[in-house]
Amino acid sequence: MNDRQNHTVFIVKMLFCIMACSMPFCRQSHTRVQQSILEKTLLIANQTEPQELDPHIVTGVPEFHILQALFEGLVIAEPQHLKPVPGIASSWEVTPDGLNWTFHLRTDARWSNGDTVRADDFRFSWQRILSPALGSEYAYMLFCIKGAEAFNKGELTDFSAVGVTVVNGSTLKVELCRPTPYFLSLLSHHSWFPVHPSTILKFGAIDARGTPWTRPENIVTDGAFTLEKWEVNKEITVVKNPLYYDSDRVALEKICFYPIENQQTEERAFRTGEVHITSGCPPTRIDWYRKNHPDLLRIDPYLGTYFYVLNVRKPPFDNPLVRRAFALSVDRRAIVKLIKGGETPAVSFTPPGTEGYTADSLIGFDTTEARRNLEAAGYGPGGKPFPPVELLYNTSETHHLLAQAVQQMWQQYLGAGVTLVNQEWKVYLTSKVNGDFSIARMGWIGDYRDPMNFLDMWLTGGGNNNSGWSDAGYDSLIAVAANSLGNEDRARAFRGAERILMDSLPIIPVYYYTNVYLIDPSVKGWYPNLLNLHNYKYVSLAAAGDNDR
Amino acid sequence: MSRTTVATVHTSPLRESVRRFLHNRAAVTSGVFLLIIIIASVAAPLIAPYSYAEQVLSLGASFSSVQHPLGTDLLGRDLLTRLLYGGRISFAVGLCATFVSVVIGVCWGAIAGWAGGKTDAVMMRIVDILYAFPFTIFVIILMVFLGRSLLLLFAAIGTVEWLTMARIVRGQVRTLRHSEYVEAAVGLGLSRFTIIVRHILPNIAGPIIIYATLTVPSVMLLEAFLSFLGLGVQPPASSWGILIREGAESMEGYPWLLVYPGVLFSATLFSLNFIGDGLRDAIDPRAGKR
Amino acid sequence: MMRFLARRILIEMPLSLLVIFTITFFIIRCAPGGPFSSEKNVPPQVLRELNRHYGLDKPLPVQYVTYLVSVVKGDLGPSFKYPGRNVSDLIAAAFPVSLELGVYALFIALAIGIPAGLFAASRAGTWFDYLVMAVSMGGICIPAFVLGPLLVLVFALLLGWLPVSGWMTPADRILPSVTLGVVYAAYIARLTRGSTLEVLVQEYIRTARAKGLREGAILFRHALRGALMPVISFLGPAAAGLVTGSFVIETIFAVPGLGRFFVTAAFNRDYTMIMGTVLFYVVIILVFNMLVDVGMAFLDPRLRTRT
Repeated sequence: MNDRQNHTVFIVKMLFCIMACSMPFCRQSHTRVQQSILEKTLLIANQTEPQELDPHIVTGVPEFHILQALFEGLVIAEPQHLKPVPGIASSWEVTPDGLNWTFHLRTDARWSNGDTVRADDFRFSWQRILSPALGSEYAYMLFCIKGAEAFNKGELTDFSAVGVTVVNGSTLKVELCRPTPYFLSLLSHHSWFPVHPSTILKFGAIDARGTPWTRPENIVTDGAFTLEKWEVNKEITVVKNPLYYDSDRVALEKICFYPIENQQTEERAFRTGEVHITSGCPPTRIDWYRKNHPDLLRIDPYLGTYFYVLNVRKPPFDNPLVRRAFALSVDRRAIVKLIKGGETPAVSFTPPGTEGYTADSLIGFDTTEARRNLEAAGYGPGGKPFPPVELLYNTSETHHLLAQAVQQMWQQYLGAGVTLVNQEWKVYLTSKVNGDFSIARMGWIGDYRDPMNFLDMWLTGGGNNNSGWSDAGYDSLIAVAANSLGNEDRARAFRGAERILMDSLPIIPVYYYTNVYLIDPSVKGWYPNLLNLHNYKYVSLAAAGDNDR
Repeated sequence: MSRTTVATVHTSPLRESVRRFLHNRAAVTSGVFLLIIIIASVAAPLIAPYSYAEQVLSLGASFSSVQHPLGTDLLGRDLLTRLLYGGRISFAVGLCATFVSVVIGVCWGAIAGWAGGKTDAVMMRIVDILYAFPFTIFVIILMVFLGRSLLLLFAAIGTVEWLTMARIVRGQVRTLRHSEYVEAAVGLGLSRFTIIVRHILPNIAGPIIIYATLTVPSVMLLEAFLSFLGLGVQPPASSWGILIREGAESMEGYPWLLVYPGVLFSATLFSLNFIGDGLRDAIDPRAGKR
Repeated sequence: MMRFLARRILIEMPLSLLVIFTITFFIIRCAPGGPFSSEKNVPPQVLRELNRHYGLDKPLPVQYVTYLVSVVKGDLGPSFKYPGRNVSDLIAAAFPVSLELGVYALFIALAIGIPAGLFAASRAGTWFDYLVMAVSMGGICIPAFVLGPLLVLVFALLLGWLPVSGWMTPADRILPSVTLGVVYAAYIARLTRGSTLEVLVQEYIRTARAKGLREGAILFRHALRGALMPVISFLGPAAAGLVTGSFVIETIFAVPGLGRFFVTAAFNRDYTMIMGTVLFYVVIILVFNMLVDVGMAFLDPRLRTRT
């Protein structure tokens, strides 16, 4: 008897000891966030571990967020209105036909190792991303340059035939193959960022993929910050670059990026003062923040559309009447209320906010009209039975929720039974590309603020045109827009194209994205913008006492 | 529970076992409870107040009320109904997959443990290799090539869950192989099959039953993971594992979405647990004696 | 014993590794989607270049042999998902974290599970027994993705004693280890209790009691050996799973361990990473199961004279 009692008491004592000892470690007088404000360190929950930090290879948003701190291109998108302002280029001119640009680089722009940033560096970098052997997925961003596409496809092997010329160390000429009114906003994308030639060449040829040049001990950058630490899946730290030409203006000393993948974990980290900014907010917590801490919640419009793509190559969606019936019976307002992220019901495909063009309202919610269309197609009561149709989507809580809601709507308003097929990401991608679906969920985020970004998806044979839709009139209107310089001509062409798209409806737009995230009030200069671009040299941390709002 | 065994009444071991089981109050209560839950789930189409797919978007997630005794989920679907229907899937998967994995595991482990030597080595190395097998990829491939069906779900789960059972059984059989009564049985010329089934297995029934009752919850939760991958249960159908997963996401905002399924899940497994203990006490000739 | 170990290490392990290498190699290429498919469809010429760079355009047998040779030399290849990193480097960086977490969890599991199971069995039928059974059943029924956030809610958010996530300060270690350990403690408690119950009715225990030994001595010196057999069989693969990390725990607590690679590599179709993690896991399993067999022979002398 004694043994057991003693044993139990011993265990209990041990547990108390462990708990008591751990408390001093845990209870801090400051939270990390408060401490970091004093140290001018910004703590960001950055969703996933970056694939790479090579601006020519990466494709994801978390990677872009880190690259924004490390590199700077010719032009910066100023965060409040995304207007192009001088970056490494201090000024530029363009010929009236919009095809020939000349950039004058600042003479005080430096790499983090002291070298001057020269025009040759840009030429080298653009050759690099366009080199087929590098396998860059964003090379197409540079296809407006004359000869770039041919070079990337391997048809052209001499880069001097591509329209990039170095006049002298600080002057760069670019020749475009078609007028691109949004050219300046393209330049702030990471695919156009310069890389340091001798660093790249130290580890391999210009187009060698996967060399360790981006490790903290090797990397050379031209941005406001340099890479100090990179611990995989743990933390990436960048520190202020004293050689940056504008370093006087940079208020932050350090930025730490944490790859927290789980949204709930991220939100809890924010709540306990571990990070200043999160990458998202779990939908089930949005209402709570709205009610209790609206100052911490940000819902910024985001340039993207959530939609369902219809496979027009096979029945029943080869019939435009059926497509219209399905599109009209989606109650977008109810869906948006369901997912709680303050999204906007889509009225067309191109989201609002693109330069110089707003889509007309071309689709809505009208169940009577929907049923009429379905009957006209021969289905509905008294007609043919509706064939089994599958809705394909990739695994995610939101897609799940939405798909179930939409399935119910089609059943309720049209009597059409749709089976839900939830596939793991890569399988879903394969099915989508192979046309192995009737309806598939898709999302499209814009890389730059121009409707071309969205509308050129649906060209005949377009790489992302998973629906198999083709319309000659649409194609020619997009070509007109691509070759026009004036905003009015382009807007007119886009309007016409969008009308054709929304008449034929190979897609069912559902809502326009928003960017929902949590942000500590001490962060200043983090403006809401459509592309979620937050250049860190505009960002500062103010302690609670400061009032500068 | 001791009984005097001086009685001159001779009953068969089977009847003895049944009697012992029925005397175990915890086991019997649990058995009744489990039966009620199973019947309720099977009869779901008859007794459920709503359809499990019926959404009321305007209602959203709501707490228990007169119309919805267990509340509703994010799409306004009645939770009680979804739990009842979910039970069908979970029980089907849980009991069948566990049964399959127990059978395979016991056979494999018994053969390996009895045979010893090279056979044992090869069989156990196969088990080791299967542990390391990339399960996720395997499931994805299964799904793609063989379509999606509950049967496939059982197969996928079955291939994973029998491994530890095999190891445990093998260990026990190896130990018992050299005990005196087994040597005696061998000496008597009994066939290996008879020895294993009639003499060894009842003595190791304990760990087998316990591990089987531990396998059931693990199987049900694995099913939730597989549905997440797209194999098995597709929305709007649901299972307890899926409901618990969904509840875990909304833990702070809508706690009842986790609590109700969680309590039901736990209660069911508790009863399974007591039944398992009762079974073990009943079957094992030596247990129950103090 | 030496012959046994020698045979395990020199023959069985390499053979097992070869078998799983071959199976995995061919099976992962059967899954639809490759390492490079993404939402914005990859242009065909880029895809061609990527395949060429990673040698995926060569015929399958050639790829197999090349990869086998490089693995034997110790080079697991570059990760497809993380272009600048080698699989070996990624595993080497993540494994110590999972190992540390696994060791803590194992310690908690054994320290709680075995004594609890032993005492519950020795007090079978009493309130203590039912309490232990109830708590352990709870630990098994409550999956990690519920228990973890629950513990975080209570200890980190409500009480503020512990951090929510991360792996930097010593305090970060506590919640993930406890969450992981509790589940295994429950399994071990149940198994220990079950087998102890059986052992306690055996003749040699009766003899020990007749001899007048105290309960504690009986439990620990005589019953424990027999009771531990099924537990040890369970522990082999369980410990292997613990030290190679748990995807769920690492996701909930943002721990930079190895567990997440097992799952994400499959989703990313990162062929080299899948192979790397599989081979690594096989080695750990083989080693641990070998230790288990040694341990069982140690505990039960009857097993020693055999193979």
